[in-house]
Amino acid sequence: MTLKYISEYRDPILAKSLITKINQTSTRDAKLMEVCGTHTVAIAKHGIRTMMPPTVQLLSGPGCPVCVTANTDIDRAIELSKVDDVVITTFGDMMKVPGSYSSLAKEKAAGSDIRVVYSALDAVELAERTPEKRVVFLAVGFETTAPTIAASVIEAKKRGLKNFFIHAVHKTVPDALRALIESGEVKITGLILPGHVSAIIGTKPYLFLADEYHVPCVISGFEPLDVLQAIYMLVRQIESGEAKIEVQYRRGVLPDGNQVAVETMNKVFEPCDADWRAIGVIPGTGLKLREEYAEFDAVAAIEVELPPVREPKGCQCGEVLRGVLFPYQCKLFGKACTPEAPVGPCMVSSEGSCAAYYRYSDYPEATG
Amino acid sequence: MCLGVPGKIVSVTDIMGMRSADVDISGVKRQVSLDLCPEAKEEDYVLVHAGFAIQIIDEQEAEETLKLLQDLTGVDLPEAESAS
Repeated sequence: MTLKYISEYRDPILAKSLITKINQTSTRDAKLMEVCGTHTVAIAKHGIRTMMPPTVQLLSGPGCPVCVTANTDIDRAIELSKVDDVVITTFGDMMKVPGSYSSLAKEKAAGSDIRVVYSALDAVELAERTPEKRVVFLAVGFETTAPTIAASVIEAKKRGLKNFFIHAVHKTVPDALRALIESGEVKITGLILPGHVSAIIGTKPYLFLADEYHVPCVISGFEPLDVLQAIYMLVRQIESGEAKIEVQYRRGVLPDGNQVAVETMNKVFEPCDADWRAIGVIPGTGLKLREEYAEFDAVAAIEVELPPVREPKGCQCGEVLRGVLFPYQCKLFGKACTPEAPVGPCMVSSEGSCAAYYRYSDYPEATG
Repeated sequence: MCLGVPGKIVSVTDIMGMRSADVDISGVKRQVSLDLCPEAKEEDYVLVHAGFAIQIIDEQEAEETLKLLQDLTGVDLPEAESAS
């Protein structure tokens, strides 16, 4: 079956030819970080890492919203789920992520009313159907997702719902990249920027990466040819000593992004500081409800007591998220920590770096 | 998590100012909100994320990307794949 906009970007002959081009062109060291978890999966799944010349190294970054959700935010969701009339609604990815002592999946098994939804709009519908319950949506995600939550909050207000709330733990990408580069922990020579975050915010919020830090950047799509072309474009920038923001994913990313979505997001949310798991607080990279929508804030509306935060022993998800360690360099990887019995979030989320490396055997011991 | 799946709008409905569309995603039909893509219309391909269309896919740019790849590598793709 041919799937338009998917199948043609998986053509093996073109892929092979692009790999040859990359190998022929690359002479300088290229340490490329893929920011987005969906890219990490694409690279592991299609075996792209093994096709690269020795000069090109691919590092995973902090681009899995599930993985960077702070323990304390998961702890709060868990505590909220224990309140009698509260129903927690969440994207499926969050269910198995461990907090300090438990996970939503464990709490559900223990009897809490926790439901997986496909869209925040489903949670709005649920609130309307069950007026006797307070429905809390666990709002995770980057700029791709935040506008969909914002639109759902607007819809809840329009319907006059008093029993719909969100626990907003959104994060925004550009300033997190600034913090990552400023830290100087890893010398990144190129960035593969997230295609769907960029479909919303466009190219301009990234300009500082090239202008201030001289880091070449390419916004990439998610099929194998997209990623290979993005790598080739980055290698070309690195070889010529240039640094600019290029768009490989032109079918989905306009220079201005999706302004309706940006306006919707800005109507409901305003920037705040955000606590990134194992990275710490990055100023201005969170989103909180504006005054006009404060009535939907679960944190203010439903008081719960939080347990002391605890990080899993020996887990090095932090180093993995910052690109300091490859997943397989963590002592727990594949031994004490597997997708079946995960210790840290990067092994839980389907788009976590550790899970992607493990599932597709994308590490030296596995490939020999 | 930031998955965006391409799908084709089969029909558009407008209920009390709320526009939504039936979108064919790889053969599966799904209702999505057009709140964030008010200009999307029947026959358009859109990127679908968490129940919303988040962007209209630019067909011309899609074809140009493929053409660029073919020029770059000297490989021709079968016509049916690249033609709209």
